[in-house]
Amino acid sequence: MSGARGGRKPPTGPPRMPADRTDPLTHVRSPNRVFGPQPPGERFEVIGRRMKKVDAAGKATGEAVYTDDIVLPGMLHGKTLRSPHAHARIRRIDTSRAERLEGVFGVVTGAEMPVKFGVIPWTPDETALAIDKVRFVGDPVAAVAAVDEETALAALELIEVDYEPLPALLDPEESLRRGDLQIHEGNKHGNVTKEVLLEFGDVAGALAASDFVVEDDYFFHGTAHAPIETHVAVARWGADDVLTLWSATQIPHYVHRELARVLDLPAPRIRVIQPHLGGAFGGKSDPFSLEFCACKLAMKTRRPVKFLYTREEEFYVHRGRHPMKMHLKSGLTRDGRITAVDSRILIDGGAYSSFGLVTTYYAGQLLTGPHDIPHYRFHSTRVFTNKPPCGPKRGHGSVQPRFALEVQLDRLAELAGIDPIEVRRRNFQGANTTTVNGQRVTSNAFDKCLDRVEEASGWKARRGRLGRGRGLGVAGSMYISGTNYCVYPNDMPQAGIQIKVDRSGLVTVFSGASDIGQGSNSVVAYIVAEELGMRVEDVRVIAADSDLCPVDLGAYSSRITFMVGNAAIHAARKLREQVQAAVGAAWGVPPRQVALAGGFVFDLEDRSRVLSSAQAFQLAEAKFETLGATGSYNTPNLGGDYRGGTIGASPAYSFTACVAEVEVDEETGEVKVPHVWTAHDCGRALAPVLVEGQIEGSAYMGFGEVFLEDHDVDERGLHRRPSLLDYTIPTSLDCPEFHAAIVESLDPEGPYGAKEAGEGPLHPTIPAIANAIHDACGIWLTKLPFTPARVLKALQERARSGAASDRDGAARRGPPARGG
Amino acid sequence: MPSKLHVLPLRVNGEALDVAAPAHWTLLEVLRYRLGLTGSKQGCDKGDCGACTVLFDGRARLSCITLAGDAVGHEVVTIEGLVTAQGLDLLQRTFDEAGALQCGFCQPGMILAARACLDRDPGATREQVKEALASNLCRCTGYTKIFEAVEMAAREGRTAQRGGPCAGPVPPLKDPVASGGGAGAPDRRP
Repeated sequence: MSGARGGRKPPTGPPRMPADRTDPLTHVRSPNRVFGPQPPGERFEVIGRRMKKVDAAGKATGEAVYTDDIVLPGMLHGKTLRSPHAHARIRRIDTSRAERLEGVFGVVTGAEMPVKFGVIPWTPDETALAIDKVRFVGDPVAAVAAVDEETALAALELIEVDYEPLPALLDPEESLRRGDLQIHEGNKHGNVTKEVLLEFGDVAGALAASDFVVEDDYFFHGTAHAPIETHVAVARWGADDVLTLWSATQIPHYVHRELARVLDLPAPRIRVIQPHLGGAFGGKSDPFSLEFCACKLAMKTRRPVKFLYTREEEFYVHRGRHPMKMHLKSGLTRDGRITAVDSRILIDGGAYSSFGLVTTYYAGQLLTGPHDIPHYRFHSTRVFTNKPPCGPKRGHGSVQPRFALEVQLDRLAELAGIDPIEVRRRNFQGANTTTVNGQRVTSNAFDKCLDRVEEASGWKARRGRLGRGRGLGVAGSMYISGTNYCVYPNDMPQAGIQIKVDRSGLVTVFSGASDIGQGSNSVVAYIVAEELGMRVEDVRVIAADSDLCPVDLGAYSSRITFMVGNAAIHAARKLREQVQAAVGAAWGVPPRQVALAGGFVFDLEDRSRVLSSAQAFQLAEAKFETLGATGSYNTPNLGGDYRGGTIGASPAYSFTACVAEVEVDEETGEVKVPHVWTAHDCGRALAPVLVEGQIEGSAYMGFGEVFLEDHDVDERGLHRRPSLLDYTIPTSLDCPEFHAAIVESLDPEGPYGAKEAGEGPLHPTIPAIANAIHDACGIWLTKLPFTPARVLKALQERARSGAASDRDGAARRGPPARGG
Repeated sequence: MPSKLHVLPLRVNGEALDVAAPAHWTLLEVLRYRLGLTGSKQGCDKGDCGACTVLFDGRARLSCITLAGDAVGHEVVTIEGLVTAQGLDLLQRTFDEAGALQCGFCQPGMILAARACLDRDPGATREQVKEALASNLCRCTGYTKIFEAVEMAAREGRTAQRGGPCAGPVPPLKDPVASGGGAGAPDRRP
């Protein structure tokens, strides 16, 4: 037990009124607030426009180089031998026959890389290859580098592993009970990887005083990221003793650190490069076995080595959404104010820790907005099981409890006879407030998001009038824009940018950020072009190469636009000031009279006086020596004053509202979703096309989780659907019409007022669909995924319990039917 | 142990090529590992994801489940083959303009499947486009902007000849289209 009880004193006096909604622009100026929402010049020239992505042409023509496209002279192909047992001790590994096979150049086992690693430095519990124990089917045991893939596969067949099978723990409840059968020997508390109990206020008292209380159980299943590019890595151990790793990773900096530790190499001897990346969604944010094995085998063989995971391996490597069993109890007053929320969550972690420490906190910490929750308690427990390890998937940790909370809120609203959108309006926490668990919320336009989806969906006119089996449902959510919790404690910036200026007029930006498809390289280019008044095509971005680029912590926690964006403004504005000073001096005018826009530098008072950007750079170079600038960003100190209070504390929160429309076929249990409307408060939309893409893609991913996707293992620990044929992700024919609306709130600390857009919009999709199904046919589905069988079962229970399926209010007060 | 090689006379992107490859190699392997045409992607290697889609006598085909030997006597076009001396294919431009490209990994296959669809029916409806792209999985976009890109190309294709010259970089300060989920940038072709 590590969480402290009673993080904050219970509030006194009457229920709190909605928070102050003053203009966010004039509120909170944190100590290191960078630049805020203003444009650098008279108005925005690039930011906020519908721009092309800087890498689009390369991607559309096949020119863009992804990791698997890299072929080096003499390159060997690596393959991994994986455990066929869910839980077993390794008695002996004999690789001698494999080593003797012609075409095999190297074999490696866990004993050669015994240092434990993990993305969270407090919980290192993985080794590159299993040493004395395997903990899930698919745990890597040995690796081979051979002249081609077929030879490497043949060599795996020749490796003899003597296993002593152990009972497998595949259910988190059983795992919790069987503390005697430890998946990780030496773990402090049986199979518990992390337990957090935090209470804010007087939950029991507030629930007792509520007019309505609902208490029920929810289940969120496991789901996979399923990027179309699987994990892949290429390593080269150069003649200069420099190890270069190209990897499909979204955290090159953490990979760099862990490679140095595990391989026992000085970090300066290692270069990590992230090429174009074919999708990640959180699935590439741990260091993975193949990165260590490719490096180790390259060092052993002195030849480049490539590992490309198959689609099947991808499903076993996993790190996907944690299955969660959730028990929630919430209260509401007669006039629709939430009184308290009390949640108990059991988290199925799979075989290793990964980001699990954070997951366990996020499952509770990120639920305290956009609705004002005056009293709140959560008790979350993550346990190890002998299953593929779970990790962060888009909306890390909070998608699951958000589903539970938003469905339960609709149940309460129904009891109180209040419209589901109205109940959310009444509980809107407002801008510039502090949540019950001590998170600082600045900009917040959730109310406008609700307005947008209400209007777009025709809620008022259509809800209740769509006919039998059809319905509308709503949900809301919040998410972080980065976090001030850096996975390893240090005082250095979280994001950095370095800019080089060429006399030709080209500006090269070195960005540590991982562009994983979300378009961070484009956003960096837009910002630098905006600040320096340049055309975007004259700004080139080089990213995610540890030899060339300053450190950025990676593409996770929706942090890049916020943090790297601020770092880019910081760096570019220094150069802008130099250019203004140099040109102003040459013209004999004050620097602020010098404007930069569209590839030109001109005099605001005499617009006939114009230089090209290149000429202006040359003047600045003559005045200040070689031009260049660095910029960085770090968060202010944030979070509640209690243990874990910084986890989930973000410099800004995004907010989303979603309305879904469904058609339930009561004969077959099939549910169609014709429309999903999602309105997202992303601060300022720096690149509206990219923001829309994130909103649509998030809604799509949530939709898939509701109906189609299920990451699960059978009684032996074998994945039930380890292919894209069986693990069904939505195709072009499955998808609803996704309607994306951007709501701008202009955050006081975000770059030009921007916040995140990549993860938040996923959250409300799932409960909005659940609530729409209830609106359509009166059943509350509480167990995901909503398969036709589960829908049918709930419909049958509804029929048995005597509740009518029409929209009659009296019938609806009957006992609710439950999903599967 | 390296397998015995067979010489396959192939036609790829309009060029006649004799390629030496093991008999069991797929067309995708030959494209990626013999010809360096890495625009065709491997996402599953079993015909589930569509990232390896090529044009095979003008029809969309999964190269990861097509034996290279079966391509002998057929015309194969990869994503690289859509770029000519005149510039990019219309779809390559509209995918860019519509913002249909996120990670981009599925896009070569997606663009080729869309090309086959529009070649078959230049006036394809949204439903026909959805049908034509149903074998190509995209995990980033939710397909919305992909449909818009194909429709944009269909509109432009009806008034202009296929594969016209690339419009070149769009001047950043011109023609911002109002936000709200509509179509992307307007046609800038002469």
